[in-house]
Amino acid sequence: MAENETKPPRKPVKRPRAGMPSQDAAARRRNFNEVALGYPEDVAVAEAERCLACKNAACREGCPVEVKIPEFVAKVRERDFRAAYDLLKDTNSLPAICGRVCPQETQCEEKCLLGKKGEPVAIGRLERFVADWAMAQGKDEPPKVQPNGKKVAVVGSGPAGLTCAGDLAKKGYKVTVFEALHAPGGVLVYGIPEFRLPKRIVAQEIQNLEQLGVEVVCDVVVGRTITVDELFEEGYDAVFLGTGAGLPTFMNIPGETLNGVYSANEFLTRTNLMKAYLFPEWDTPTKVGKRVAVIGAGNVAMDSVRCALRLGAEEAMIVYRRSEAEMPARHEEVEHAKEEGVIFHTLTAPVRILGDDEGWVKGMECIRMELGEPDASGRRRPVPVKGSEFILDVDTVVMALGTTPNPLVSQTTPGLDVDKHGCLVVRDENGLTTRELVWAAGDAVTGAATVILAMGGGKKAAAAIDEVLRGKE
Amino acid sequence: MFKILKKRELTPVTKLFVVSAPMVARKAQPGQFVIIRVVPNGERIPLTVADADPEAGTVTIVIQEVGKTSRLAGAMDEGDEMLDFVGPLGRPAPLTGKGPVVLVGGGFGVAPIYPIAKALRAKGVKVISIIGARTEDLLILSEEMASVSDELLVATDDGSRGHHGFVTDVLKQLIDSGREIEQVIAIGPMVMMRAVGRVTEPYKLKTLVSVDPIMVDGTGMCGACRLTVGGEVKFACVDGPIFDAHEVDFDEAVRRGKIYAAEQRLAVEKMEKEQCGGKCACGCGGGR
Repeated sequence: MAENETKPPRKPVKRPRAGMPSQDAAARRRNFNEVALGYPEDVAVAEAERCLACKNAACREGCPVEVKIPEFVAKVRERDFRAAYDLLKDTNSLPAICGRVCPQETQCEEKCLLGKKGEPVAIGRLERFVADWAMAQGKDEPPKVQPNGKKVAVVGSGPAGLTCAGDLAKKGYKVTVFEALHAPGGVLVYGIPEFRLPKRIVAQEIQNLEQLGVEVVCDVVVGRTITVDELFEEGYDAVFLGTGAGLPTFMNIPGETLNGVYSANEFLTRTNLMKAYLFPEWDTPTKVGKRVAVIGAGNVAMDSVRCALRLGAEEAMIVYRRSEAEMPARHEEVEHAKEEGVIFHTLTAPVRILGDDEGWVKGMECIRMELGEPDASGRRRPVPVKGSEFILDVDTVVMALGTTPNPLVSQTTPGLDVDKHGCLVVRDENGLTTRELVWAAGDAVTGAATVILAMGGGKKAAAAIDEVLRGKE
Repeated sequence: MFKILKKRELTPVTKLFVVSAPMVARKAQPGQFVIIRVVPNGERIPLTVADADPEAGTVTIVIQEVGKTSRLAGAMDEGDEMLDFVGPLGRPAPLTGKGPVVLVGGGFGVAPIYPIAKALRAKGVKVISIIGARTEDLLILSEEMASVSDELLVATDDGSRGHHGFVTDVLKQLIDSGREIEQVIAIGPMVMMRAVGRVTEPYKLKTLVSVDPIMVDGTGMCGACRLTVGGEVKFACVDGPIFDAHEVDFDEAVRRGKIYAAEQRLAVEKMEKEQCGGKCACGCGGGR
C-alpha cells in the first residue's frame, strides 16, 4: 500500500463483548494470584474490531486523563501494539494499572455508543492488554529529555504523585518523589491486593518512571522527617502533595478496640505491603478467624473481604447498611466477591462488637435497616428497623468505612489550608493549594476516590507547575 | 540504607546502636520514635529514640531482643546497614514544666528516659531519676543516667543493686518523704507504667508514660496502635506515644500487645530451627 493511499473504510464487526478469562472462582478464593488473566492477542483484536471509531469520541470525555481511546483501539485492531502503547502512554503514564483498577463502567465505557443498546467496547481490558504486551517486550525506551535545571518535590508515591512526577520528568524537571513507607506505590502497594493488581506491575511502572530520571526516596515522612518549607530551602522550585487519604475511619461503637478488630487499612497493609499471606516466610503476621465480617461496601471493603477468604476464613461477609444498588464498589469487584462465596448482609448495620473474657471478638450485634428518603448524597437514607437487633457470629471484624487525609503535612505547613473534612483546599482546577508553589491532587484533595481521578489530578497539576515555573524564568 | 556506626552490648539481650540517619537526627526530639526494618521480608518495628546528634547525623536506639525482628537487629554489627530507618515519629515529650521532674525507667525503658533527662537538665530543670531492672546485670545506662540526673536512685527486683524491690517502691518513698515533685515521667514495660500510675494517682501527681503498642506504619494510617485514653480512642503513633498515665486503659493496652504472641513464638521457633546449626543468632538460615 502506498504511503499516501488512505486505508479503506472499515466496518465495525458486530459481535458480543469478549469475556475476560479469569481464574476459576473455586481455586482463586484461596490464592493470591491475579484473578483476571487478560485477553489473549486474538481476543483483544476481535474486541477492538467492535469499536465504532466515533468521530466525536464520547469515551474519551469519560476518561480523567483523556486517553486517546478510539486511536489506540484502532491500533490494536491493526495489530500494531507498539503504536497502541505509545498512544496510551501519551496521556497515561500508568496504563497497566488503570487497565486493571479503573471503574471503566462509570467512565469511558459508560459513554461508549455501543453501550446504549448493548455492551460497550471493553476499553479497560484492551488498555491492560496493550500495557501487558509492552511490558512483555521489556523496559520502555526512555525518551531523550533536555534537563531544564528545575527541581520539583513530589510528596507521596501513589497514583497522583507518580503521574505528576512522570509528566514533569518528561518535560525536563528533576523530580524527587518522597515516600513515607519503605516501598513506593502508595495505595497501589499497601491497599490494592496482589490478586487484583500484581505488585510486579506496580514495580515495573515505577521503574519506567525511574528510567525517565525520577528519583524515588523512601522512608521520608514529609511533615516529620522534613517539612514542606524545608523542601523549598533545599532548592525545590515547587512541591506537589499527593499524600492520599490514609487515615482510617472507625464507627465509634463499643468493642472497637477488642482484639480481632482491624481497620481495613491495617488489614490490607499487613496483607499486601507486608505480605502477611506469606507468613512465616515473611515476618509480618495477620490474624484471620473463621468468620470475618467486613463493614462497608466500597472497593476497599471488597478487597478486604476477598483477602480474608484467601487468608483462610471459612466465612467472609460484607455487612452494609444500604442495599446492593447503593454499593460504591466497582461492579466487577462485587461480582467477583460473590463468585468466590462472599456472603452479603445488606441493610444491616453494626451496633456493637462483643468480646470474650480475654478480649477477643466473639460476635457483633447488628440491626436491620430499611431505605427511607434520599439523603444529601442522593442515595436513600438507611433507617434502623426498631427491635430488629440480632447477633452475627463472627470472630474478626474489619472496618472499611472510608478514609480521610493524613494531617501530618497540613499541620506542619503554615498557610496550607484544609476543609472541615481535612482535605487540602485548592484554589483552582489544577490543584494549586493556599500556599504559593504548592500543588496537590488525589485523595488528599478529594477524600477517598479512585486511582484514575488521582492520576487526572496529578496530570493537571504537572501541567500547571510547568506553566508557572516556565513563566518565572 | 542506614549504617550502624557503633554497637554496644548493654546486656546479653540489650544492644545499643548508633545509626547514621542524618535526616532523622536533625529532627528527632526526646520522646519520639523511629521505625526500622532489617531484612527484605521483614517487619517494621517501632523503637524509641535514645539519643540524637544532629551534627554527626546519628540516632541512637536500644533494642531488646524479644521477637524475631529484634533478634535479627540485635545480631547486626558495626558497619552493617539497616534497610529502613524512618522518623522521627510521634509527638515529642512535652518538657514545659519547671520541675523537679521524677523520671522512672524500667528495663530497657531507661534508654528512652535518657534523652528526656538530658533535655530537662539542659533547660535547668531538676531531675530525679529512678531506674530499675530485674537484676544488676540487666540494668542499663546507669552511668549515663547519673550524668544527666541531679539524683539517681536504683532498684533491682533481687536487691543486687540499690533498693531491693520495684522502682515504684522507691517512687512512693520519694513522694511520701514530702519532696517537691512537679511531675513524673515513666517509661518501661506496660505493667510497670501501670503500677507507676497507680502509685501517683492518689497524690494527683501528674504522670506521663510512653506506650509501646503494636504498630505497622507509624504515621496514623493503620490504627493497630490504638488505645483508650480518657475514654477516647487514640493512635499512639500520632497522638502519642506519650500519654497521661492516669487516663490510659492499661488493661486494654496489655491485652492488645499480645495479639500476635502466638505468631511471634512461631517466628522465633522457625528462626531458631534455621540458624546455622545454632552457631549464629542471625536467623539467616546459613546464607549470611
